[in-house]
Amino acid sequence: MAAQEVQPSETIAKLKSESEALKTKLEEERAKLHDVELHQVAEKVDPLGQFVMKTRRTLKGHGNKVLCMDWCKDKRRIVSSSQDGKVIVWDAFTTNKEHAVTMPCTWVMACAYAPSGCAVACGGLDNKCSVYPLSLDKNENLAAKKKSVAMHTNYLSACSFTNSDMQILTSSGDGTCALWDVESGQLLQSFHGHAADVLCLDLAPSETGNTFVSGGCDKKANVWDMRSGQCIQSFETHESDINSVRYYPSGDAFASGSDDATCRLYDLRADREVAIYSKESIIFGASSVDFSLSGRLLFGGYNDYTINVWDVLKGTRVSILFGHENRVSTLRVSPDGTAFCSGSWDHTLRVWA
Amino acid sequence: MERVIVSMQDPDMGMKMRNQRLLITVIPHAMTGRDIVDWLIQKYTITEEEALHIGNFLVKYGYIYPLKEPRNLCLKQDETPYRFQTPYYWTSTRWPASELDYAIYLAKKNIRKQGELIEYEKECYNALHKRINHTWDFVVMQAREQLRASKQRRKADRIVLECQEQAYWLINRPPPGVMDILEQGPDRRNVSDVMLYMWCLPLKNKLCMFVWVCSFVKYCEQYQDHDPIMQGCLPSNPWITDDIMYWNMNSETVTMPTKLRVERWSFSFMELLNDPLGRKELLTYLEKEFSAENLCFWQACEEVRHGEASKIAAKVDEVYKQFLAPGASRWVNIDSKTMEKTLEGIKHPHRFVLDDAQMHIYFLMKKDSYPRYLKSELYKNLLAKAIVPQETKKSVFPFMRRQRHSSPSPALVTQTAEDNGKAKPSAAKANAGTASQI
Repeated sequence: MAAQEVQPSETIAKLKSESEALKTKLEEERAKLHDVELHQVAEKVDPLGQFVMKTRRTLKGHGNKVLCMDWCKDKRRIVSSSQDGKVIVWDAFTTNKEHAVTMPCTWVMACAYAPSGCAVACGGLDNKCSVYPLSLDKNENLAAKKKSVAMHTNYLSACSFTNSDMQILTSSGDGTCALWDVESGQLLQSFHGHAADVLCLDLAPSETGNTFVSGGCDKKANVWDMRSGQCIQSFETHESDINSVRYYPSGDAFASGSDDATCRLYDLRADREVAIYSKESIIFGASSVDFSLSGRLLFGGYNDYTINVWDVLKGTRVSILFGHENRVSTLRVSPDGTAFCSGSWDHTLRVWA
Repeated sequence: MERVIVSMQDPDMGMKMRNQRLLITVIPHAMTGRDIVDWLIQKYTITEEEALHIGNFLVKYGYIYPLKEPRNLCLKQDETPYRFQTPYYWTSTRWPASELDYAIYLAKKNIRKQGELIEYEKECYNALHKRINHTWDFVVMQAREQLRASKQRRKADRIVLECQEQAYWLINRPPPGVMDILEQGPDRRNVSDVMLYMWCLPLKNKLCMFVWVCSFVKYCEQYQDHDPIMQGCLPSNPWITDDIMYWNMNSETVTMPTKLRVERWSFSFMELLNDPLGRKELLTYLEKEFSAENLCFWQACEEVRHGEASKIAAKVDEVYKQFLAPGASRWVNIDSKTMEKTLEGIKHPHRFVLDDAQMHIYFLMKKDSYPRYLKSELYKNLLAKAIVPQETKKSVFPFMRRQRHSSPSPALVTQTAEDNGKAKPSAAKANAGTASQI
């Protein structure tokens, strides 16, 4: 038999069709487990009444777009970061600013509050994640005590402390996530598998606390084992970049918000998507999602300046909240579930209850 | 957005367009602002507020433009006439809006009517004149040609074309102070090439989906009363009434917890452990049962797992001495296989070396001690004595805002604990001081 010269493009095309066939087969297998949909089971559940949620606090002080925020465990303090490099720690209840740091870079897209409440982590276009211990001595320059922890080769999109102040999980535009030791700056574990920028991550509230989920521009949401660095589950049903992922309070599922204007719920045990939250009148992408304490409500911040409140079980929209004058870029429910805070490109943060 | 526009233009289900009167000229294929809002309400079953909101976007992004006051790109819900923008000018086509084109556009405006250009347009015009001076003759010539050609059109068409172009440039060269809707944030890479992605799918039992899906309903029902946003909280939600009683009653150091809080400990072992007060109560119970070393061991393992990398070896050694060594003061009862494996691993300590042992003890507590704790007198008494807060009566004068008290920053609490030797009277003042400093 004459040896044939196989062109590289032919090989790629062949591999591509093989991988497509594999994908279809896997979907078929997953579909076989499909017995019933979430909203069908939820038919017997009482519908929710009318919801009245208002802005209870407006935090003004950022000079530019607010990109990210996080709550402190004390349920009233928050840290927020913006495009002009400013990171501010507020007591959201009194609306007082308590600390302010100016980062040496613009577009600080990630910030996180340490579990102890004594430090904040932030990063963005500088490709790093830095930790600032919060000092109350007004003469002390916070920037001087900054500790550079993570180093990526592209922008930092999200960061989160694990159960303690000592470890940070980061995700980056370089397509990877990484776990770092804060004290030494050492890389403890890296997570490879996304084919494009990773935009968001969330730690699982499970008993063993060993997994987290990440979402990226490759439309995939991956679940990782923090010990081994392996991707243990992957979900690809979104039609565009996944901007935000958040675990359901029980840890058995997670929600995602995407540029395709939908939010979806994925069940980790069933290994599939179980609900889509979308409406024909919602045409802008969801930038940020979070659950209420009981997991019954899903709050989504959208690029059309609104916040949509979804009934997680029934799949319907309960309410739409107006107020921001530009994109909602970040949204988190407070640790005790009494309120949620949204940050926007209109330079403000709002606390709703 | 284009999907919406296309369905709006659908000949059967789309918008009813008619000729609109603009002063004396009749413009065909136009619609009023009110029509737009009504159509959106009807098609998507949404409220007026939401329809107006969406409609505004359609105008802001240039898919629909106003015929009257074309400078102001917003939707008015009245008889103001609007038209669909020609797809040539859609923002999604992303024609690079070149300087040359902009120069021609401004030149046309200038020639057509002296004084037509407003402030910022004049500035742009002058700046462009300087920058592309070498082709300025071309610019002026083009502008004159286009004006001449348009003069030969019917007045209605001329107005339409002018408005179309104006709307396009309002978006691509927004005047100062107006938001640039084309701004997207930092560039993101997207998947373009083939990526062979091998992910391993764990073999799942063919459990009925029904069970898993039902668990969500169960969870939501169980936690419903504990969800302040859904059910409210007693005495009141601090964010709504400015009263921090709720936080005070649920703080870590409170002597008598609320009933809801104690109830929550019965939902899962994790709930009990995650609440510092719950953990304390469990410790008290375990001490009575002479199995407190289990909880202490578990806690010590957590510290190894989540602590500083540099302290791992020392901490593991401590754990070994206290809990695992033969004859240790607080020896924990682990099965021999796990014990063997752990002791072997301790020789080369790393962050996860105690994981197996910790898991074993965790599940031991969960299956054995936890259910017994929930049935114990200790728990039942606490539950009986637990507080059910009174709902805060709404103040007589609803406009009178309560004083919003600040709370000590967690950073301060840790700091004063650290410098308990030094006198730091300035710390408290600094707390209030820094707040107003920034």
